[in-house]
Amino acid sequence: MSLAENVTLRQPVVEFRNVTKRFGEVVAVDRNSLSVESGEFLSILGPSGCGKTTALRMMAGFDQPTSGKVYIRGEDVTGVPAFKRPVNMVFQHYALFPHLSVAGNVSYGLRQRRPKPSPAELQKAVGEALAMVRLEGYENRRSYELSGGQQQRVALARALINRPAVLLLDEPLAALDRKLRREMQIELQNLQRDVGITFLLVTHDQEEALSMSGRVCVMRDGRIVQTGSPRELYDRPVNRYVADFVGKSNFFAGPRPDTVVSIRPELVEIAANETALPTGLVVTLSVKVLNRIFLGEHTEYRVAHEKMGEFMVLSPRKSERGSGIFEIGDTAAAGWRPEAALVLAAN
Amino acid sequence: MTRRSSAVTALLLTPAGVFFFFLLILPLAVVVVYSFGERAEAGGYAPGFNFGNYLNLPARGKAFFNTLTLAPLGTAVTALFAYPMAYFLAVKVSPKYRVAMLVLVMAPFWTSQLLRYYAWMMILGSKGIPSWLAWLGFNDIQIINTPWAVLIGAIYGFMPLMVPPIYVSLEKLDKRLLEASADLGASPWASFVQVTLPLSLPGVATGSMLVFILLMGDYILPQFLGGGKVFFIGNALVDLFLQSRNWPFGAAVAMALVAIMFVTIFFYMRFVLGKSGTRRVALV
Repeated sequence: MSLAENVTLRQPVVEFRNVTKRFGEVVAVDRNSLSVESGEFLSILGPSGCGKTTALRMMAGFDQPTSGKVYIRGEDVTGVPAFKRPVNMVFQHYALFPHLSVAGNVSYGLRQRRPKPSPAELQKAVGEALAMVRLEGYENRRSYELSGGQQQRVALARALINRPAVLLLDEPLAALDRKLRREMQIELQNLQRDVGITFLLVTHDQEEALSMSGRVCVMRDGRIVQTGSPRELYDRPVNRYVADFVGKSNFFAGPRPDTVVSIRPELVEIAANETALPTGLVVTLSVKVLNRIFLGEHTEYRVAHEKMGEFMVLSPRKSERGSGIFEIGDTAAAGWRPEAALVLAAN
Repeated sequence: MTRRSSAVTALLLTPAGVFFFFLLILPLAVVVVYSFGERAEAGGYAPGFNFGNYLNLPARGKAFFNTLTLAPLGTAVTALFAYPMAYFLAVKVSPKYRVAMLVLVMAPFWTSQLLRYYAWMMILGSKGIPSWLAWLGFNDIQIINTPWAVLIGAIYGFMPLMVPPIYVSLEKLDKRLLEASADLGASPWASFVQVTLPLSLPGVATGSMLVFILLMGDYILPQFLGGGKVFFIGNALVDLFLQSRNWPFGAAVAMALVAIMFVTIFFYMRFVLGKSGTRRVALV
C-alpha cells in the first residue's frame, strides 16, 4: 500500500468535535475532540464516572451531545437516533433478547433492513457470523442456556453481522472471570484483525486497554487527558494522573511545586550494596526493605529512604541470582538511570 | 433433602393442603356426584347414576353461548384497553407519580361492586347515554340489557385486574434490550413489536386469565347490565339451584363450566408461553 492510499483510507470513522454532555449540573463529557481512525482498535480508559460510557453512548446515538458535533464516516450525525446509525454495540451485560434463539438474536440487525433478506440469506449470514466467534451449530440455543463467555460471543456476532462502521464495546469483559477474560482479550484482538472493523472499547481496566488496543485514550472528569499508543502512555505520560492510572509508578516531589518526578518501579535497580548495582545510575540510595511481595517472575519490594520516603521496586527474578532475595528489615542499595525519572505535571 | 427439611416442607404445605382439600376438592367431588343424580320430588338431590343431566345441557345453550362469546371477547377487549394504560404507567409516567396513578387505577375496585354496576345501569339506561344520543338525533338506541352493556361493564369492572400484571411485566422489562434493539436498527415501533410486546405477553396472559376466569363465572354483571336478557352460566346456575331447585342439573352445568375453563386455560397458556419463549411464568 502506497503512502497516498494510506492517507485517503485513514479518514476518521467516528469523530467528536468539541462534544459536551451535561446531565443537569453534572458535566459528564467536557469539550471532547477525538477521532477514531478506520480499522484501528481504540480504547477509552478511565475510572468509573469519568464520562467514557457517556462518550460511547453518544457515538451509538443513545445520548445526544449538549453541544458539539458527532461525525460518522465524515457525515454529521449529531441528533440522529441510534437506529439510524451505522454503528453497533456490545453491551456490558450483553443485552441478548431472552425470547429469541441465538439465530434470532444474531439475525436481528439484518432483519430490520428493508428489503428484508430472504430466510436463506439470513441463515447463511448467521452461520458465518457464528463461525467467526466459534459458535457453529448454536443457532437454536436460547441465551439462558449459554455460559457467560458464549453469551459474549453471541453479542459480538449479533453486532458484527451488520458490518458496522465501528463496533462499540462497553466494558465487554467485565462480567467474565479472570481466566476467560484473558482468553477473550486475545480473541477480540484476533477478531478485530480478521474482520478489519474498527473497534472502540470502553474500559476501566488499564491492563485490558493496554494489552488489546493500538491506541488508548485516557479520560478523567469528562476530559481527554492523553491519547496515544499503550507504549507512549506508559513511557511518556503527560501527567501524574496518566502515569498513575497506566501502570504503577513511584512519585517524588518535583523541581517545582506543580510537578512530580515519576519513576516506574521496574526501572529501579536494587542490590545488596552500591558496588553491586549496575553502572550508569545517577541516583543511588541506601534503603531499608519494609515489605516484600512475591509475584512469580518479579518480586515487589516496598523500601524506605530516609529523605525520599517510601517507594516500590520491582525486581526481576533474574537479578535475584546476583543479589539474592532481601528480607524485611534488610538494608540495600537502590538506584536508577537518568532517563527513568520523568518530570510530570502534578495533575 | 434431609428429613428435617422435608418435615418443614410438609408443615408449610399443610394449611394450603387442608384448605384446598376441604374447600375445593371435597365440594367439587360433591358436585360431581350430584351431577349424576336426579332431582328429588320437592327439589334438591336424589341419588342416582345417569348421564341425563349432561345430555340435557343444550337446554341451557343460550347461557353457554353468551358466556363463551362474551367472556373471551370481554377479556380480549379489556386487555386491549389495559395494555396502553399499563404501558403509559410503566414507561411514560415518571416514577414519582407511578404509585399514585396505579392507586387511581385500582381505586374503583375498592368500592362496592353492586354500587358501581348500579351506577352503570343509570349511565347506560334510557335516561343516560341513550338520552344524550337522542338529543343528537339518534333515537331509540338501546344499550342496557344488550351484550354491549355487558361488554362495557366487563371492561370497566375488570380493568383494575388486567392493568397490574401487564404493568409489572413492562416495568421489569430490561430497558437495555430496547437500546440493543435500536442499536441494531429497529425503529421505536419495530422495537415495540419485536421486543416489548413479546416480553410483556406473560403479563397479558396472567391478566387475561384472572379476568377470563372471573368473567366466565360472573353472575352479577350480566344480572345488572344484561337485565335477564343477556344471561351467563352463572345466572343459569342461580336459577337452577335457587329457583327450580334442580340441583343435579345445576351440578352438571357447573361441571361443564369447570371443564370448559380447564381446557381453555390449558390451550391458552400453552399458546402464550410458546410465543413468549420465557421459561417459567407465574400462572396467576
